[in-house]
Amino acid sequence: MVRIIGILIGLFFSGWLLVSFGMGAKEYITNPPVETAEHAFHKEAKDVSFTSDGPLGKFDRQQLQRGFQVYKEVCAACHSLRLVAFRNLEEIGYNEDEVKAIAANWPIQTPDVDPATGEMSTRASVAADKLPKPFANDVAAGAANNNAIPPDLSLITKAREGGAPYIYSLLTGYQAPPADLPKANQPGPGLHYNPYFANLNLAMAPPLAAADMVSYSDGTKASIDQMAKDVSAFLIWSAEPKLEERHQAGWAVLAFLLIATILAYLSYRTIWADVKAEKKKKSAEA
Amino acid sequence: MSFPWAKQYTPTTEFGQWMDKQLPLPRFVYNSVGAGYPAPRNLNYMWNFGSMAGLFLVVQIVTGIILAMHYAANATIAFDSVEHIMRDVNSGWMIRYAHANGASFFFIAIYLHIGRGLFYGSYKAPREMLWLLGVVIYLLAMATAFMGYVLPWGQMSFWGAKVITGLFEAIPFIGKPIQELLLGGFAPDNAALNRFFSLHYLLPFVIVGVVIMHIWALHIPGSNNPTGVDVKGPQDTVPFHPYYTAKDGWTIGLALIFFTILMFFLPNALGHADNYIPANPLSTPAHIVPEWYFWPWYAILRAFTFDFLFIPAKLLGVLAMFSAILVWFFLPWLDKSPVRSGSFRPKFKIFFVILVIDVLILGYCGGAPAEEPFVMISQLAAAYYFAHFLIILPLLSRLEKPEPLPTSITESVTGKPLTTAS
Repeated sequence: MVRIIGILIGLFFSGWLLVSFGMGAKEYITNPPVETAEHAFHKEAKDVSFTSDGPLGKFDRQQLQRGFQVYKEVCAACHSLRLVAFRNLEEIGYNEDEVKAIAANWPIQTPDVDPATGEMSTRASVAADKLPKPFANDVAAGAANNNAIPPDLSLITKAREGGAPYIYSLLTGYQAPPADLPKANQPGPGLHYNPYFANLNLAMAPPLAAADMVSYSDGTKASIDQMAKDVSAFLIWSAEPKLEERHQAGWAVLAFLLIATILAYLSYRTIWADVKAEKKKKSAEA
Repeated sequence: MSFPWAKQYTPTTEFGQWMDKQLPLPRFVYNSVGAGYPAPRNLNYMWNFGSMAGLFLVVQIVTGIILAMHYAANATIAFDSVEHIMRDVNSGWMIRYAHANGASFFFIAIYLHIGRGLFYGSYKAPREMLWLLGVVIYLLAMATAFMGYVLPWGQMSFWGAKVITGLFEAIPFIGKPIQELLLGGFAPDNAALNRFFSLHYLLPFVIVGVVIMHIWALHIPGSNNPTGVDVKGPQDTVPFHPYYTAKDGWTIGLALIFFTILMFFLPNALGHADNYIPANPLSTPAHIVPEWYFWPWYAILRAFTFDFLFIPAKLLGVLAMFSAILVWFFLPWLDKSPVRSGSFRPKFKIFFVILVIDVLILGYCGGAPAEEPFVMISQLAAAYYFAHFLIILPLLSRLEKPEPLPTSITESVTGKPLTTAS
């Protein structure tokens, strides 16, 4: 009885799936799907490497500081970095006094309550504060940016398919729209063509428009490419500040497990030796 | 374990004897995983994944309890509390990555464990109850994993919760009230997050309870084995400890090595980038996909694209998706072949290989965007899935002529017949 009911249900599901397949296939052949311009013109992220890549990867602190400088002088005007505190900057090589100075001189002040009046007010930041946001809220951010809210950058290299190479590609990927781009996909007012962006047109104007927008204190030449790479490396750190700790711990755990597993394997061989010998002997006799 | 040759527990110390009279816990351990549990001597490495799934269940419970100490189940701060764990809690990043990737390893182990049972006929008499409890564990694990993925309150958490609870909407009349009951509202929000957190903490302990019954049910008939032939005498078995504790032990080391590589060097490889964006009810991600271990079922859900008479396609998809797993409950009565092990069933073997490939194809399609040709491929693959369990297996048990079975486990291992009478 179970089997008869089962066969009937099976015939229904499998049968209807095959009928659906047939109808879908007919539609597919008579009316094949057209490739969208978003798909045809979209480019995969450029091949770019960072010192933090791979299981042995470590941050290049000099590069992180350069990237932080780019964030501070270029990106921070519109993009928040709300999960990073000033004190975290010690992890990329600034000392305590430098961090205090960076916090105190940050162009945007930290919102607070005036201790004398109780009114909402702002004050200079201290090391324990998170980096203040450039806009008071999303409405203000949208209003100032043609209704496109600049995303927070704290986790951006983990929150986008393609990671840091995608961020680098986006920053260096602005170009004139190709001649054969369909009219519907031409950048409208306030939009900028960038084939690395999923729908090809981006509200953000090219942020790294010219070389030497920042002047690096370590003498590195601030080409557009260099600035894009540095800020991408910095954003890997902001998204995954424990990356080096993770890699180090991984190797230690791996070394321990390798030794433990080899020992466990050897004891397994020893324990099973009599059973295996019996098996061998008997199969040799047979 | 009631084999007459099983070693009896005899406490040697005075304390041991006192303990045995008052609370025979050492006797219990001895008889369940000690020298007092004789197991077939020919178990291959496919028999290692049960204990491995158990290990990862423990990993999940331990890491989960620690995460719950730092996590805040409130829609406004849940996302940031996870980032607080990643950045400010001592070794919090390690605990969280272990928990996120431990779920995947639990499902890898459980899928291989289920596959082992399917091939070697471990669901057949006298182990039907053992199999049914296993399916219950799998269903509970799916519910637990789904609710756990909602807790970080990222984009995929929110939209995954919306899509999955939205499935209940397809049920006529009572669907909408069920969905609202599950969510505690009309859409996923704080109420949903809170009850998911509560249930995500509860269900693993329910799983532990069912696992205990699962192991209990295992110890009544004892383990199946690669020949599928019953244990006939003491020569067919070895004591569980030290033989299988040692074998399980070293493969657990191997599994932990793979786990370490994933969680320390590729911790986000199995996750989804969108879940690092805070939940936003006003912005739908381009592709909403569940975690990889749900992909085959997700493909079956999306394979139904046409209404059948008055039944809408969405309801058909939901019914089919649940049926695809519920069919396992009837498996012992659908496959009536008296031979357990697939090794001695020449035709079953071929269909089993097709089923494995079929489920992998379904999984690939379930992770792909809902576009052609993936929908057409998943329609064919889903058709085979149902045909395999509901049509092929019942007919095969009638039509197939199995190969001759070895008379005993010992004979299959050594080539010599079993000498002692059982």
